[in-house]
Amino acid sequence: MTSATLATGTTPFQTRSPREAVLPVKSNDSVNGEYRLMVLAATPETLDCKPGQFFHLLCPVGAVHQPYLRRPMSIYGYYPDRGELHFLYKVTGEGTKALAELGHGDTLNVLGPLGQGYTIRDEWQNLLLLARGVGLATLGPLAQEAQRGGRNLTAICSARSPDVLMSVEHFRNLGARVITVTDSEGTSGMDNIQRLIESEIAQTGVDAFYTCGSNRMLKLLKSIGATHGIPGEIALEQQMACGLGMCQCCVRSFRRNGAIVQLRVCREGPVFGIEEAIEW
Amino acid sequence: MVNLATKLGTLELKNPIMPASGTFSDDLAGMFDLDLLGAHVTKTITAEKRGGNPTPRVCEVHGSMLNSIGIPSKGLDHFVQEVIPFYKRYEAPLVVSISANRADDFARLCEGVSVPGVAAIEVNISCPNIEADGKAFAIRPSTTREVMLKLREATDLPLWAKLTPNTGETVEVALAAEAAGADALVVSNTLLAMAIDIRSRKPKLGNLMGGLSGPSLKPIALRMAYQCAKVVNIPVIGCGGISNAEDVVEYLIAGASAVQVGTATFINPTAMPSIIAELTAYCFRNGIADISELVGSVRDEEAGDAMIFMEAAP
Repeated sequence: MTSATLATGTTPFQTRSPREAVLPVKSNDSVNGEYRLMVLAATPETLDCKPGQFFHLLCPVGAVHQPYLRRPMSIYGYYPDRGELHFLYKVTGEGTKALAELGHGDTLNVLGPLGQGYTIRDEWQNLLLLARGVGLATLGPLAQEAQRGGRNLTAICSARSPDVLMSVEHFRNLGARVITVTDSEGTSGMDNIQRLIESEIAQTGVDAFYTCGSNRMLKLLKSIGATHGIPGEIALEQQMACGLGMCQCCVRSFRRNGAIVQLRVCREGPVFGIEEAIEW
Repeated sequence: MVNLATKLGTLELKNPIMPASGTFSDDLAGMFDLDLLGAHVTKTITAEKRGGNPTPRVCEVHGSMLNSIGIPSKGLDHFVQEVIPFYKRYEAPLVVSISANRADDFARLCEGVSVPGVAAIEVNISCPNIEADGKAFAIRPSTTREVMLKLREATDLPLWAKLTPNTGETVEVALAAEAAGADALVVSNTLLAMAIDIRSRKPKLGNLMGGLSGPSLKPIALRMAYQCAKVVNIPVIGCGGISNAEDVVEYLIAGASAVQVGTATFINPTAMPSIIAELTAYCFRNGIADISELVGSVRDEEAGDAMIFMEAAP
């Protein structure tokens, strides 16, 4: 991406800007037909992340793609030992198209890590993760953290078809037991997922649920959680501008202390309790 | 040594860079020392608690953005008890932005925020006026005058009137605000705009329309700042599309005594301190010892006076 240049005024202020960094791109390759994996070289401060947190990316402005606002992106992996930060993304709009242009030797300005991540309480031994498509990216670091903490993790991964199932190997390598469901095999319906979860609860027990993004999955987990008294957390999305909490753009409604409150996805989230998240 | 200090009436700023209302909060304190700034400007509050507009509240347009946040507010009490005390740790003067839908409510709120710790009040008269069919106060000279007279009576603090670009009477509105007692003009707020997703055919903002901000607003707001500075004797604070020191210099040359940086902070959270550093370097390189040398130095003597007042298509 030699012709592309970063937007003007993007040099981080050197004296006090611990969370804005310009990172070299190590690789940025296609994973399957739809997704790309970007690997950035990062310093320990940048990699001081928690599962569920995100970075606000200043996508490069070039001759063809000219995104303006930063793009929030959940962390797919952070590896302080290797000095690497990973993002898994689907190329859809102006921002991700611009990101896809980046290659080895380019740099990317990132702001983060931002937001409140997932919690894994000490007493939660059996974790169940449910996600679909690129939503699985958000749960990658959680699987890593679960492995680090010696927890049992079951991951139910959903996708349109088996060939676009994301991260299955990634989750297996992290010691998770993976169950795949797809539209093309007719196994991704909520009824079937409910059966799978109920059987997990009956056999090994589930201490907490984790999910992200999907309204139908939230609904399902809220209902199962309420029936069995199982807590859970969900990472949510919203259009953002600043990513730091100033602009109030990324609010969503939540049920908190008996009232409906507006909370900022970037600051109070992106991870919220499933009991307070409201279906949309 | 370059002197960046600027005077806005009785208020002295150590440099001309401050945030635009709505793009600044204590959340930015983690990014840089907020005392680097010439002043602090808080997000507009209303007297009552408000939830704000439906989402999406933001969308991108080519090289700029639209927003329709809708002034969510935790109310006056929360502001006086929680927000104002936070800024006491800083030396930079605190400017509070307020708004209301009726002139009398506006004046009461103005009185309510006239408390120790507040250096000036920015009155967002670009918001809808319920008593004038929802048209913003600052769209017309008459409604500007009415509300500013009441606000002037409500406080002894410096009053900054924030104007709107959604008017065809910029000069008349500026003069009305000055005559009714404004101590400075902030020029300007966002420009009413719209974007539609052609696939879903839905407006991209939950509130259908919203305010344009970012680089594409700059020529419009700069034109207004120039028009205002030409006719009023109070300081003009430029606001609209500033993202680097050259933009600041352009506004100063047009006649602004200080500027507000808004949307640029969303792209680059350290935009303001970077701009202050760049501005110092610019002045040093160009042999400018004091930024007051730049203010109003536009070389427009060739153009006739009539041009200044032109608000029709050229």
